[in-house]
Amino acid sequence: MSGYLADVAALARKDLRLELRARDTLPAMLLFVLATLVVFHFALPADAGDDPAYGLLWVALVFTSLLGLARAWVPEREAGALDGLVLAPTDRSAIWLGKAIASLAFLAAAEVVALPAFILFFAPLDAYALAGVLLASIGICAVGSLVSAMAAASRGREVLLPLIFLPLAIPIVVGGVGASISEEPGKFLAFLGLYDAVFAILSWAAFEYVVTE
Amino acid sequence: MSMTKPSLTVLASVAVVLAGAAMAMIFFVAPEDADQGLSQKIFYVHVPIALTAYACFGLAAWKAFRLLTTRGDRYDLESYTGVHQGTIFGALTLVTGSIWAKASWGVWWTWSSNQLVLFLVLFLFYCAYFMLRYSIEPGPRRERISAVYALFGVALVPVSFLAIRLASDFIHPTVFTRDGPQMTGKMFAAFCVSWAAITLLAYVMYRVELAGKRTDANLRELREVLAS
Repeated sequence: MSGYLADVAALARKDLRLELRARDTLPAMLLFVLATLVVFHFALPADAGDDPAYGLLWVALVFTSLLGLARAWVPEREAGALDGLVLAPTDRSAIWLGKAIASLAFLAAAEVVALPAFILFFAPLDAYALAGVLLASIGICAVGSLVSAMAAASRGREVLLPLIFLPLAIPIVVGGVGASISEEPGKFLAFLGLYDAVFAILSWAAFEYVVTE
Repeated sequence: MSMTKPSLTVLASVAVVLAGAAMAMIFFVAPEDADQGLSQKIFYVHVPIALTAYACFGLAAWKAFRLLTTRGDRYDLESYTGVHQGTIFGALTLVTGSIWAKASWGVWWTWSSNQLVLFLVLFLFYCAYFMLRYSIEPGPRRERISAVYALFGVALVPVSFLAIRLASDFIHPTVFTRDGPQMTGKMFAAFCVSWAAITLLAYVMYRVELAGKRTDANLRELREVLAS
């Protein structure tokens, strides 16, 4: 088991180091989420109140994560590194878990900028909303790392990923918006936790079939 | 396969007879709904179609599961056909649901009907299945990825249903409750016959499509052998 975790850590570290050197993904995500928030300011009527802004925050987070996920498997595809990883003497699900953790790190970094910007531009966020963001990010990266591997195996990968990912992300948006604006946020946080558990286990178990020939 | 399957002709004829019987029962045996009148009759078509769509998605996921566990590639076409039939019946559910919504609530679309919203989400999800499938080179990899996607579908159904229920107030007419079906005996009988007819129809369509797809695949294989 410690060998498995060490493999996962090595894979995640590899992605983070690549990003630190090449800076392919994270600056794009940061700029995108800020630009989206500015667009939302002009999309919302002046007297709309806070609730629509919370909804748009979730749109911004989901689309920002999509931007990161679209690039998630690019390093592995270039130079056929994925074949090497699949042949490595480790459980294939470790590849998924490493990718999910690295994606989560990128998304968290984007949120560290996006959430203060949201508070500054639009409305305050309470502890429930932050817990919702955390749980939703886990779900987004768990499912996203799997479906972006699926999309990466296809021809039209840039087009396909949003088509596959958005229907799967609808429950996340429901849970996140509920946690931000509902009177009883606990219910929605529990739902997000359930989503994370169901889809993380499913992705963990299914990943092997996506990458092997 | 130890048991021989009943022939398609027989099944198709039974489906036609059942569908005729269902129509007769819907209009002549089942009493008119006191509240909604004639427009309630679409319930006998709409709900069985929706249940059939679920059954098709379930079948597709089961075949996908079999594909992943046994590696038998015959399950690939079966799973694909299940998804295809499910998508057809899902689209029909949206159409009939929309007509019913217009008749009883006066609008073609309402976000307050949880089942309709769920079918819209599923429809989007399973349409993407075809996009994904046809942009991967045919081969074991495509079979596996399609299978994993079909399996995700059955997990998405309850999760989405819960999400939509959480997201909106529940005003869809609840016909089945914990106290059993809220229908008279005759209504329930008409509903069951209609359900059987549509399920059988879906099965016949599934078999026909599968036979066509199999022939196609065999033909292609044959051509490749002859060409080489």
